[in-house]
Amino acid sequence: MPSAETLIAAIRELRPEPVKLMEVCGTHTHAIARSGIKSVLPEGVELLSGPGCPVCVTPTEVIDQILSLSMEPGVIIASYGDMLRVPGSRPGDSLQRRRALGARVEIVYSPMDAIEIAKQNPAKEVVFLGVGFETTAPGTAIAALTAAEQGVRNFTVWSLLKRVEPALRALLRSENFQVKGFLCPGHVATIIGAEGFRYLPEEYGMPAVISGFEPEDILLAVYHLLRQLKEGSPRVENDYPRAVSAKGNLLAQGIMARCLAPRTDLWRGLGEIPDSGLGLRPQLREQDAQVRFGLERLPAPKPTACRCGEVITGRLRPADCPLFGKRCTPEDPVGPCMVSSEGACSAAYLYRPASP
Amino acid sequence: MKMDEIITLDYGSGGKKTSRLIEQQILPALGNPALSALGDGALLPGGDRLVFSTDSFVVSPLFFPGGDIGKLSVCGTVNDIAMCGGEPKYLSCAFILEEGFPMENLEKIIASMAGACEKAGVQIVTGDTKVVEKGRGDGLYINTAGIGVLRYPGLSPRNLRPGDAVLISGTMGDHGATVMLARSGMLEGELRSDCACLNHMALDLLDKVPGVRVLRDPTRGGVATTLNEFVEGSELGIELIERALPVRPAVHAACEMLGLDPLYCANEGKLLAVVPEEQTEAALAVLRSHEEGANAVCIGSVTGDFPGRVVMKTPLGGRRILQKLTGAQLPRIC
Repeated sequence: MPSAETLIAAIRELRPEPVKLMEVCGTHTHAIARSGIKSVLPEGVELLSGPGCPVCVTPTEVIDQILSLSMEPGVIIASYGDMLRVPGSRPGDSLQRRRALGARVEIVYSPMDAIEIAKQNPAKEVVFLGVGFETTAPGTAIAALTAAEQGVRNFTVWSLLKRVEPALRALLRSENFQVKGFLCPGHVATIIGAEGFRYLPEEYGMPAVISGFEPEDILLAVYHLLRQLKEGSPRVENDYPRAVSAKGNLLAQGIMARCLAPRTDLWRGLGEIPDSGLGLRPQLREQDAQVRFGLERLPAPKPTACRCGEVITGRLRPADCPLFGKRCTPEDPVGPCMVSSEGACSAAYLYRPASP
Repeated sequence: MKMDEIITLDYGSGGKKTSRLIEQQILPALGNPALSALGDGALLPGGDRLVFSTDSFVVSPLFFPGGDIGKLSVCGTVNDIAMCGGEPKYLSCAFILEEGFPMENLEKIIASMAGACEKAGVQIVTGDTKVVEKGRGDGLYINTAGIGVLRYPGLSPRNLRPGDAVLISGTMGDHGATVMLARSGMLEGELRSDCACLNHMALDLLDKVPGVRVLRDPTRGGVATTLNEFVEGSELGIELIERALPVRPAVHAACEMLGLDPLYCANEGKLLAVVPEEQTEAALAVLRSHEEGANAVCIGSVTGDFPGRVVMKTPLGGRRILQKLTGAQLPRIC
């Protein structure tokens, strides 16, 4: 891997036209902010954050549903830590607050930990919040399958899983979408493979480069995106070959296909998108929290004061939101982008550039 | 509609919400010169000037690589006194035990306290024991308070001058990463808490390097939060060099996995010292002559360019602001 200095020089040598590029992975968003990459790019080359933070794309209405479920007697919510501070529609309301009010909310690092909690608490109902994209979908599917096979009847999965492709297609179809190239998510690509992004150049003429997560990885991917634009030859380039193959992880894809089925889902900022969510297949209905607790799929969301939806879709920079850093901070977040460790606002707030 | 304020775990994180609790609830009602100085310990007037400090320990798990709640409870209070320039002498100890707690574990914890006291040269001279019903505690909580003789008055962040060097006595984040990983059930390999009493090293440093401006142990909230406390509301700032920050590979890996930042992870056996630039090498030599300070390095400097801010120079050459810890996921680590 060339050094950061070499890559920065190579990017400058391309003399790129002003252009907007988009990263669609929260880990990229944070790595970019943390290392200060934006400050070393040529003027006019902008990196915007797309819908790459799974917590952030979960709409407020669903968060409210989760908060209500957490107060049901006998329910234990098992969740990744990221979800705990995400606010519902009332400011200050969150799983963390509900926990302080008596709800049982357990932080887990893997869905298998949640099964263990269910085994240790046979009289309780353990609901695992399955948040994430294709990266976490196989693990969530395995947990549901394992619970079914082992007969852990008090364990259910609330699938909030989402697929990246339908969301990117929705963005590309949206009005006034100015992005000219995608920095593709390395983790998602390990599952779906580099070929999983071919629709970007082939159907939309969009350069697409799969990137790793070190500052040098990201600089290299930006260089390749700018070079594709210069050459006018959009294609998928895999800059993360140490983890990503052309076809992806076939075993994981098999498990997903067996356990999960695409369904219409709601996204913050993007609304309802056909086939964009992943629900448990009917043979796993015993393990499906939405079935067990009669959780209805919600209608399209109402507009709110929170502008996270615009941030997620690259239409608003975090710092341009009137709430940013004022009413909305990591300790008192109004929207999920400020609270999630992958959120664009949290990255912009935590890693603000300094100038004397 | 704003919700009624209640205590959430954030208020115990050592970050911004903890500061808010102290400023809005405690100081207005209880403030006095000794308390309002908000040092690690209170400096008390009188014939022999005294340093007084207290700390409660609720860490889970009670035992972790590198220490346990007993050792932590002695080191924590001893270090608070030492960072004020005091020589710790006597501690109190209060146990809050939960019904059903195994006597064997209590024995181990008390033995570990005895070992830490001996090493630090302090005695536990008063104490209290309460037992609460099953389910009303989490095995064991410990409070310790300590008293020491003020040997080096005047240590304060107000002494900082532009150009001063910021030193750390070793790697960052060892305690926080170890306990967080132990809690997640994924602990393996070389991770160990750095839990240690720092009083001998601190007093040796103060003996030999007369210009020391301030000492502080970066516990909850980590190095970034402690350095912010140094320059808050001041005309000066601190600039850190990211490449100079010492982090063990195992801690780095654990932080990556858990989504933590070593700059915000708790340390229980490290001190930060600010010294005049020309005393940097002398101070590092003293720190490195102690086991606890073997990996001491300079990580940055005091600057007039960023008033009230801690900034970090990144390897790409940019600078970014480091804030105080803002309500991160910090389960009970001390």
